[in-house]
Amino acid sequence: MKQISNEFSGTYVCLDKSNVDTDQIIPKQFLKSIKKTGFGENLFDAWRYLDEGTLEKKSSKRIVNDKFILNNKIFLDSSILVARENFGCGSSREHAVWALKDFGIKTVIAESFADIFYNNCFKNGLLAIILDADIIEGIFKNFDINEANSLEVDLINQKIYLKNKYVNFKIDDYKKNCLLEGLDEIGSSLKLSNQIKLFERNYKKKNPWLFK
Amino acid sequence: MSSKTLYDKLWEAHHVAKKDDGSSLIYIDRHLIHEVTSPQAFDGLRERSIKPWRIDSIIATPDHNVPTENRSDGVKGINDPISKLQVVTLEKNVREYDLEYFNLNDSRQGIVHVIGPEQGLTLPGMTVVCGDSHTSTHGAFGALAMGIGTSEVEHVLATQCLISNKQKNMRINVKGNLPERVSAKDVTMFIIGKIGTAGGTGYNIEYAGDTIESLSMEGRMTLCNMAIEAGARSGMVAPDETTFSYIENKPFCPSGEIFKKAKEYWKSLKSDDDALFDIEHDYSASEILPQVTWGTSPEMVTSINEKIPNPLEFKNAENYQDALIYMGLKSGMKLTDIFLDQVFIGSCTNSRIEDLRIAAEILKGNKISKRIKRALVVPGSGLVKKQAEEEGLDEIFIDAGFSWRDAGCSMCLGMNPDQLGQEDRCASTSNRNFEGRQGYKGRTHLVSPAMAAAAAIEGKFVDVREVK
Ligand code: SF4
Repeated sequence: MKQISNEFSGTYVCLDKSNVDTDQIIPKQFLKSIKKTGFGENLFDAWRYLDEGTLEKKSSKRIVNDKFILNNKIFLDSSILVARENFGCGSSREHAVWALKDFGIKTVIAESFADIFYNNCFKNGLLAIILDADIIEGIFKNFDINEANSLEVDLINQKIYLKNKYVNFKIDDYKKNCLLEGLDEIGSSLKLSNQIKLFERNYKKKNPWLFK
Repeated sequence: MSSKTLYDKLWEAHHVAKKDDGSSLIYIDRHLIHEVTSPQAFDGLRERSIKPWRIDSIIATPDHNVPTENRSDGVKGINDPISKLQVVTLEKNVREYDLEYFNLNDSRQGIVHVIGPEQGLTLPGMTVVCGDSHTSTHGAFGALAMGIGTSEVEHVLATQCLISNKQKNMRINVKGNLPERVSAKDVTMFIIGKIGTAGGTGYNIEYAGDTIESLSMEGRMTLCNMAIEAGARSGMVAPDETTFSYIENKPFCPSGEIFKKAKEYWKSLKSDDDALFDIEHDYSASEILPQVTWGTSPEMVTSINEKIPNPLEFKNAENYQDALIYMGLKSGMKLTDIFLDQVFIGSCTNSRIEDLRIAAEILKGNKISKRIKRALVVPGSGLVKKQAEEEGLDEIFIDAGFSWRDAGCSMCLGMNPDQLGQEDRCASTSNRNFEGRQGYKGRTHLVSPAMAAAAAIEGKFVDVREVK
């Protein structure tokens, strides 16, 4: 029996682009917030709206770009985003992950991810899955823009089910545990405080010029 | 003992512990902080009621949001209330935790990646992190320097360590003499054009070869700065005499006997002769010509004497087609037929004194074209600005028609008022030509400072080697 961790399953939407950079995911004018929430309205701002986005403008007053896939009513509740290669390249802004989450995205699937973005995802409970180009191509081919379809993501067994077929995906145990157990990384690293202190003492002896 | 790469050595020297899950804790020597990616991290510390682990490893400055004009009023002079709040929040955090801070009116303020090296805060053999992807810049000193996200900023503040997995080793060898007026910027853009923006993903890049060795520290910083644009979180150059003489006598660099001792260690920081790399690329410097990007990704780049390629030649033809539409360009067009509206000389890639000198050398006695609506020079730090003024470079820029500004990120990302208007086409010495990066619907072409200066005079791209 397949055991589904439903948290990461849901309706999927395909964004047919490579090199989606974090400047597109959340443009700079929205990085001025000192909070972690409220970024969802401006996710992909320059693609979702036809007018220029500012912090002051309410999204209800904006001119919506009907052609952009995330504006299609069918996909408004999507929780899985599928894209091509090198997703999340560019800036280290974690705001990009906060914006995806705030919008309701729980899983991003792509051929490859930029390193910093990939790390940022798991620190915020967002699942990033890497699949081979031909499998992604298959998902794009099956994608019907007139109908909401879902993908079932079984994180525990590292499988994605699409219309009764499944593919396996790879993920390192550490990242998997982060999501499954909602790991408190800082807390778990601080448990190693004594080891860090010991390292620091020896290190300081060898590299005194690095300490005040 | 097996042979090691420079990256292997730095990794091992900082390796604190392996966690149960296979990831590693890496000790961090230097933590640079700015206003945009730190507020949420400090909030996290407060929620846990803990203090930063090692205050003397931290240095903070505002750079992303700050205005580049009318700075005498300090924070009060920031008109945008939300930008102001970010800077005020940084100042509050700095005070609360008693951190070293260069405020808006401190001549040492500037772009984090300019001031670190300038102050001797970046030293060979260090691990350097910052909540900013261009932290790779500091690899120029033979440091392991990585951009991190805000959660990681909080983790480093709390534990002095970064959770990391070891990357693979890539070496890029460049050999021979660069053609005249071809600079490190052209080298780094050329490499991205070859390996692509994801070419370095999962790797640390070591740049090597006599071309790289002959670069100044400024040039090496420009080179490593854009390692992230090739997908690599970190890029590095082994330290040598050029490195040591650059850092000696910098304010935060050790002196006297300690410097000598450190230098002995730093000399060992290079890849062993028989070290194995997972992948190597070799390029000849003579084939590198002045580079210009024509699209919306740094890999969409060609030499100045070429034409805009046909999108169908590429795997992602549709993306390339979209990029041309966004840029308002057509394939087959000569780069020298592209006319410009604005010119920006600045950013952590090219805002150091050497960058300003070469641009000024080309501009001297010339005026910018009437086509150019605005040309900005934004020095990377208050001290770069001062140095340039002592050399009279400011007058050359101003006489040519440039606006001479105060230090900050400025139009590299346009979080402050320096932005492109819609469809404005800009020759920019920055590092990202992403859609909207320099302003909503703005069109960015990445070039070297020399190419930007030449383009300012002509109002269009020209081969800087042909400019008298
Ligand atoms: S100058 Fe540009 S790339 Fe560099 S740190 Fe500032 S915003 Fe980032």
